[in-house]
Amino acid sequence: MASEELNRAEGRKNYLTNGTTVKSWLLTLDHKRIGLLYLFAITFFFFIGGIYASLIRLELVTPAGDLLTPEMYNRVFTMHGVTMIFFFLIPSIPAVLGNFCIPLMLGAKDVAFPRLNLMSWYVFMIGASLMLFTMLSGGIDTGWTFYPPYSSIYSNSQVTIAGVSIFVTGFSSILTGLNFMVTIHTMRAPGLTWFRLPLFIWAHYATSLIMVLGTPVIAITVLALAFERTLQIGIFDPKLGGDPILFQHMFWFYSHPAVYIMILPSMGVISELIATMTRKRIFGYNFVAFSSLAIAVFGFLVWGHHMFTTSQSMYTGLIFSLISYAVAIPSAIKTFNWTATIYKGSVAFDTPMIYALAFLGLFTVGGMTGLFLAALGLDVHLQDTYFVVAHFHYVMVGSAVIGFLGGLHYWWPKITGRKYSEALGRVSAIIIFVGFNLTFFPQFILGQLGMPRRYHAYVPEFQVLHVLSSAGASILAIGFIMPAFYLLYSLKYGEKAGANPWMAAGLEWQTPSPPPTENFTYQPVVTHEPYEFEQVPEIKQAREAELLRA
Amino acid sequence: MNSFLIQIPFFPEQASNFAVEMDLFYLFLFALTGFFTVLIGVAAVYFLIKYRRRSQGEVPQQIEGHLTLEITWTVVPFVISMFIFAWGAKLYYQMYTDPTDALEIFVTGKQWMWRAQHPDGQREINELHVPLGRRVKLTMTSEDVIHSYYVPAFRTKTDVVPGRYTTTWFTPTKVGTYHLFCAEYCGTQHSGMIGSVVVLDYPDYQAWLRGVPRDKSPAEAGQQFFTSLACNNCHLEGNTGRGPSLQNLFGTEVRLADGSTVKADETYLRQSILNPGAKIVGGYANDMPTFQGLVTEEQVAMIIQYIKSIGPRPAGATTAPKPAAATPSPVAPVAPVAPAAPAAKPAAKPASASPATQQGEQPKQNR
Repeated sequence: MASEELNRAEGRKNYLTNGTTVKSWLLTLDHKRIGLLYLFAITFFFFIGGIYASLIRLELVTPAGDLLTPEMYNRVFTMHGVTMIFFFLIPSIPAVLGNFCIPLMLGAKDVAFPRLNLMSWYVFMIGASLMLFTMLSGGIDTGWTFYPPYSSIYSNSQVTIAGVSIFVTGFSSILTGLNFMVTIHTMRAPGLTWFRLPLFIWAHYATSLIMVLGTPVIAITVLALAFERTLQIGIFDPKLGGDPILFQHMFWFYSHPAVYIMILPSMGVISELIATMTRKRIFGYNFVAFSSLAIAVFGFLVWGHHMFTTSQSMYTGLIFSLISYAVAIPSAIKTFNWTATIYKGSVAFDTPMIYALAFLGLFTVGGMTGLFLAALGLDVHLQDTYFVVAHFHYVMVGSAVIGFLGGLHYWWPKITGRKYSEALGRVSAIIIFVGFNLTFFPQFILGQLGMPRRYHAYVPEFQVLHVLSSAGASILAIGFIMPAFYLLYSLKYGEKAGANPWMAAGLEWQTPSPPPTENFTYQPVVTHEPYEFEQVPEIKQAREAELLRA
Repeated sequence: MNSFLIQIPFFPEQASNFAVEMDLFYLFLFALTGFFTVLIGVAAVYFLIKYRRRSQGEVPQQIEGHLTLEITWTVVPFVISMFIFAWGAKLYYQMYTDPTDALEIFVTGKQWMWRAQHPDGQREINELHVPLGRRVKLTMTSEDVIHSYYVPAFRTKTDVVPGRYTTTWFTPTKVGTYHLFCAEYCGTQHSGMIGSVVVLDYPDYQAWLRGVPRDKSPAEAGQQFFTSLACNNCHLEGNTGRGPSLQNLFGTEVRLADGSTVKADETYLRQSILNPGAKIVGGYANDMPTFQGLVTEEQVAMIIQYIKSIGPRPAGATTAPKPAAATPSPVAPVAPVAPAAPAAKPAAKPASASPATQQGEQPKQNR
């Protein structure tokens, strides 16, 4: 049935050709186009953040601070963090792939509030413009953590504008989260019960929960900071009667859950990738689905583990350490279930699978090293060293960025209707994996040896490891630039993908690539669970063809 | 290349009482997480090769899940992580428990330097000389932004926060010179806010004490400020002034106007100097002006040292008067292990009354 509908839809206009004017893009209410608008914006910021990262690694090749001035270096690492976190990682998967895929996966025409969706993008762009203005006017030098009283009184940079930028951008996140939650509740196709949802949807539901509940807190926090800075209202600065530790509590109350805003969607992507590439339903579907919710809930209760050395009370430390171990369990459950999914599967090694495997390896290391940092006594030694830097890069780059790239490669044929070069795709994924490990593994050793983070110059005995790390970063950079070229190339010269190039089971693959504006030309009805590969017509056809040849 | 890599050590020097256990803990976690990482890795690679796709049309047998397995890989990591938690908590508890008989040094962080005040009046910048085998307690605060006092060889790190005292302690166990880093980003010259901690054996430490030009001891200097800031006009001896007497105050429980009690420690004294209205002693009016902005953190530390010096003698000294405590220090505690009698220090001599008088005055204070 579906395939007849498919043929009928092929000849019609798809969402890319339906209106080609600039206006048709800037005023679009189509979730797929809005996803692409986000893609342009965050790709831009990813490369800006990458330039800052390159400057950091170049500076650290030698122990002396000889490439940049201290002021410059402090601005560079701050802008690297702020750009990557607020303008790439947080919006990356939800705003691009979530926007594009969620309605398709639900069998819906669009998200619940298309106008609100467009507004989210504009709010994001206003925030992003303010951040660009901050960059052009010299950037900020507070670290992305904005700890007062340095940020509120002592820093001589554009902290207030940067704060306003983050305040504004937060609303984009809140609105997107709200939109997704309502969409998932109300827009599911007939028959699509909660336990027939792809795990990508579960992960985005959990993420949206954090976005809606957590983001207002960072908004309050940066606003309070801006008040103290501009109006001298004593909130955080002890000289004005404030408490600097209060800021850290408020900041991490959002910023720790924000880590899960970055990683949960990536986990959702990996579930889709592994299921399709092994043709297996995800082992322990219910456990993987509920572990996302468990992470979202527990994630709100562990912020104090960023503050073990601030002299908070010992009992506070004990409680936060204990709950931090509790939040590690759902991540472990997911990892075990993904590995078990491969068991007795039918494994294909297409580019998305290479990314999924890279994720599995890097996320395991990132998660395991979290056990070191959650341990109270040991964290006293490792806190604020390169061990922490390495750990969160394994989680944020090794897992969140890899998940984004894996997802982008997986849905690229759906988004554009074209296939990219498989060979180049696999090679770049492997380059990224190797380059990433070479960049960040030495940093674990650096941190354990006592190298503090945010150091412009360092003592000479750390140089060997820093050189290794910088060498790795240059390999990593090649790995990140390659996809930009072959993906763009595929737009024009890529082979036509067809509706379902991966022979996947999801609803989004049962409509042409690129999909029509209204997503489906028929009303999809769901009659089975998400990963039923027996039902995929393309696989049936392939089997019949093989039988004929035999 | 090989020799190049061999230069990379696995641990920083082990130079404090915490270092050995911390490294053991690290090694344990390294082995444990390494084992599980390899386990997952080997399983994944084996499955990937064994179950690679052999024909385009194949659909493998579907497996729903396995409840026993799910419970296993929930419970086993949980139990292991509780063990890690307990070990980490034990180490943390040791670090948080104030040492007895420690050599007490005040440290002030300031963009971008570390200043230390020794009890005998030695002051140093970006350096800290400490004796081998003696417990050392640092009481720290910052003049401006948040810093963090980090000595990798000791495995200790404590944030140095403006507006409050934080403490850390360690017992140096190995003679040498070790890095001192600021670990909390504090502005332009953050990476220049470094120095060294020098651990000296007993003779060298004594020589160092003698060799460094000695200012007035902090307590002596504090006494001067006590007079020049006119504290002594109200804080008369024997509770006859507008403010409570500070004789024999340090370390005792103070009853406040609201009926609660507070321990008269460094933090309380500092707060009472900078924000006198916060905790009013019972029976006194809230009429002391704030000294916020009139005194630097270092001066506050000195005044506290003075108040300490006129405080009661530590309990340990009174209950177990050792002969060593009475003898003059240069010959006495040769053993590197922290001596039990802090009274041996030639430290707090200035205004301190004789032990007998102090004992005699104690009941009066407790009224």
